[in-house]
Amino acid sequence: MNQSFLGDSDLFTALKDGKVKNIANVLPDFPMGGIHPPERKELTEHLPIEVMPDPPQLTLFLKQHVGYPSEVMFNLISELHSPEYYLEDNICKDGACRLDTSEKKQVKAAELIGTTKNKIGASLHSGIDGIVDGVYDTIHPVLGKAPAIIVSKNGQQSSPSFTPKDWTKYSKEALLSKIKAAGIVGLGGAGFPADIKLNVKPNIFLDTLILNGSECEPYLTCDHRVMAEYPEDIIEGAKIILKILGITRCVIGIENNKPDAIKALEDAVANDPNKMGYDIFIQPLTVKYPHGSADQIMQSITDRIRPSGKRSSSIGIIVQNVYTTKTIYDAVALDKPFYERVVTISGRGIARQANLMVKIGTRLSDIVDYLGGTTSDLAKIVIGGPMMGVAVSSLNVPITKTTSGVLFLTREEIGDDQKYGPCIRCGFCLDACPMGLEPNNIGIYVEAGRGAECEQFGFSDDCFQCGSCAYVCPANRPLVQFIGLARIKVEEAKKKEEN
Amino acid sequence: MNSSAQIAERPYYKNLSVSFSPHTRSSVSTERIMWTVVACLMPSLILSMFVFGLQTLIITAVSVISCVMTEAISQKLLKRPITIHDGSAVITGVLLAYVIPPGVPVWMPIPGAIMAIFITKIIMGGLGFNVFNPALMGRALLMASYPVAMTAGWVTPIRDLSLGRYINAGVDAVSTATPLYVLKHYGLSGLIDKFGSLSTMYFDFFFGFSPGCIGETSACVLLVGGLILLYKGYITWHIPVSVIVSTAFFTWIFGGETYFSGDPILAVLSGGIILGAFFMATDYVTSPNEKRGQLIFGAGIGALTVLIRLKGGYPEGVCYAILLMNPLVPALDQWFRPKRFSEGAL
Repeated sequence: MNQSFLGDSDLFTALKDGKVKNIANVLPDFPMGGIHPPERKELTEHLPIEVMPDPPQLTLFLKQHVGYPSEVMFNLISELHSPEYYLEDNICKDGACRLDTSEKKQVKAAELIGTTKNKIGASLHSGIDGIVDGVYDTIHPVLGKAPAIIVSKNGQQSSPSFTPKDWTKYSKEALLSKIKAAGIVGLGGAGFPADIKLNVKPNIFLDTLILNGSECEPYLTCDHRVMAEYPEDIIEGAKIILKILGITRCVIGIENNKPDAIKALEDAVANDPNKMGYDIFIQPLTVKYPHGSADQIMQSITDRIRPSGKRSSSIGIIVQNVYTTKTIYDAVALDKPFYERVVTISGRGIARQANLMVKIGTRLSDIVDYLGGTTSDLAKIVIGGPMMGVAVSSLNVPITKTTSGVLFLTREEIGDDQKYGPCIRCGFCLDACPMGLEPNNIGIYVEAGRGAECEQFGFSDDCFQCGSCAYVCPANRPLVQFIGLARIKVEEAKKKEEN
Repeated sequence: MNSSAQIAERPYYKNLSVSFSPHTRSSVSTERIMWTVVACLMPSLILSMFVFGLQTLIITAVSVISCVMTEAISQKLLKRPITIHDGSAVITGVLLAYVIPPGVPVWMPIPGAIMAIFITKIIMGGLGFNVFNPALMGRALLMASYPVAMTAGWVTPIRDLSLGRYINAGVDAVSTATPLYVLKHYGLSGLIDKFGSLSTMYFDFFFGFSPGCIGETSACVLLVGGLILLYKGYITWHIPVSVIVSTAFFTWIFGGETYFSGDPILAVLSGGIILGAFFMATDYVTSPNEKRGQLIFGAGIGALTVLIRLKGGYPEGVCYAILLMNPLVPALDQWFRPKRFSEGAL
């Protein structure tokens, strides 16, 4: 077993001496590619987190994460029918049961309504006091329709209370089961269940935990506000993760455009009464998109490069989003399930921008009503950030666990997104791609119907759809989608060859 | 199942865009790049009007109009979308005029424009798919078809601001010899005699007071345009620098009476080196994408230019050097691939 990794020992010595930030005033950076889109974070970065009142109804998708969909709690299913009844005609294709509206059941806020068995998946909790109406196929931003539990509010604004407990005495297994019970998934966008990610096999050598606070997407400020307002929770969460992983060093990487967050976390580390022998460092990073990608932040901080097709644990690192870390603290120390999150509502197409604490499952229409409606020049609604988010056509879609922002963009902000021209071979995308792929050639091949031959232009697995290539493309070409299509064609061709 | 009653549906917004990510785009568009290049070429045209007379403006206008018309008509006939607004045909028109002598008849650019736009670009698939630089293919056709006009249409620079002097003067009335012609046939001393002294000669070359094609004589104004393109990031230094360095280097070695005695400054300032290095060799479509490929491409252009100038039948070689390197571009792009991220893994 390789017990040491080259290239980073000096960095950690320097970090221990408190020096790295000052090395020739050069911040850590990733060398390949990257772009500088307009940040537009000034719309929301100074707005404190604001709690939105309970919406009248929640739409909780059974699958808001990587893995299998959650299963509806059996106690919510009417005992008038046997379980087989649901298997036969009322079953969703994903295996979750549908309920009739006649079977309404009362739930409290923070009550478990969806569960997962011993496989990859996540639990689901209601964010409000209400009645479970049933499971319906509901409009989904990506899939079109997907099964979701509908909970209608009854009565008053819910106010579950949680008191902090001493978590340090818990074992690793107890910590993991608390995280699993809280239904926490990676909030950076991937939505991988946190308990499975942190349950690393004992034979894998780890030495570093990186907490990703770079939040490189334009507009989004939810991680920024969480870091600025809950720095102690993040440090406690970091210690919980370090205890689970059985390692001692943690670097919190934050892009240098969030000085208040950096200051808050530095103070929290300095004033931490019980360091438990862990080394936690705050490292400002160069402001460059996509610094928040796991590959880029790992290379930037440790100089280690993840081999294609392998996990980050293969180079000794676990990367976790800072907000996920805070929810892990909530789950472990407060026993608070993950049923609400901070979402950045931004863009010039909405009457008021905000960093809103909303219940998961709140529909965009309720958020728009709460913030005073949209403006007349609204041209696009995007769930997520402007670089990687998904445009939606309706306000009926809900906030999910991985929704970090909802952007209401005007025509002026998005520019012309309707037409694209031929590739003029300017090569801008080659300079922008952080993974060293050739988006220009992949696009030309896909257009010519030769997508299956695109493996020569880079391992298509390496593309994580950051959109840097399409951002710089002067011909407005949909390069991210071309690469996605090429990936499908390459896989199809491989399958054909095997058969 | 009575699901719809349970969910209070909101009406859909009208005219809401639901296009793919990313939802924000850089403001640099194909049109903006092309028109910026046109703007960066304009100072040369203004200067050439003062140096060679208003004739140059007429020839450039004929060239641009015939290029744009050729593109519009051929796209119409082939039932393709008409793309004259993207500015690429305008660039081709300007560049074609810039590599034509100022003393040619005004209709001369028309066959060149048809060659450049229709044969070289549209038939090959339109913008982005041509193998050869369109403007230079136009010039190559004119050189082959009208060798007398194309090699004798040089005019003596005007120093008294009589702009109308050469209009319709006819080739025979105006012809003089280009510096590279003098250099090839009379040697460096013959050339210096023509200008008076060595420093006057460098001065005249740098500011454009020497006989030559319409847009290629003034290194000074071409450099200003080229540096704007570099500053804007529309081109990188790799191709211009490698073309200039390689031309200077090979001229220094082989250009003199003995080895290592050539005049590299004269070689770079004369002929179309600056125009070719900044505006023709850097054409996106007909140059390599990868930086190492670009360096080899530029070095090859410089070497071939010197070879043609010293050993070939023509006094000037930039045009054919670029055209000879163009078909190598796909090969260079095959050989030099960008470094993949995971290649750096342990």
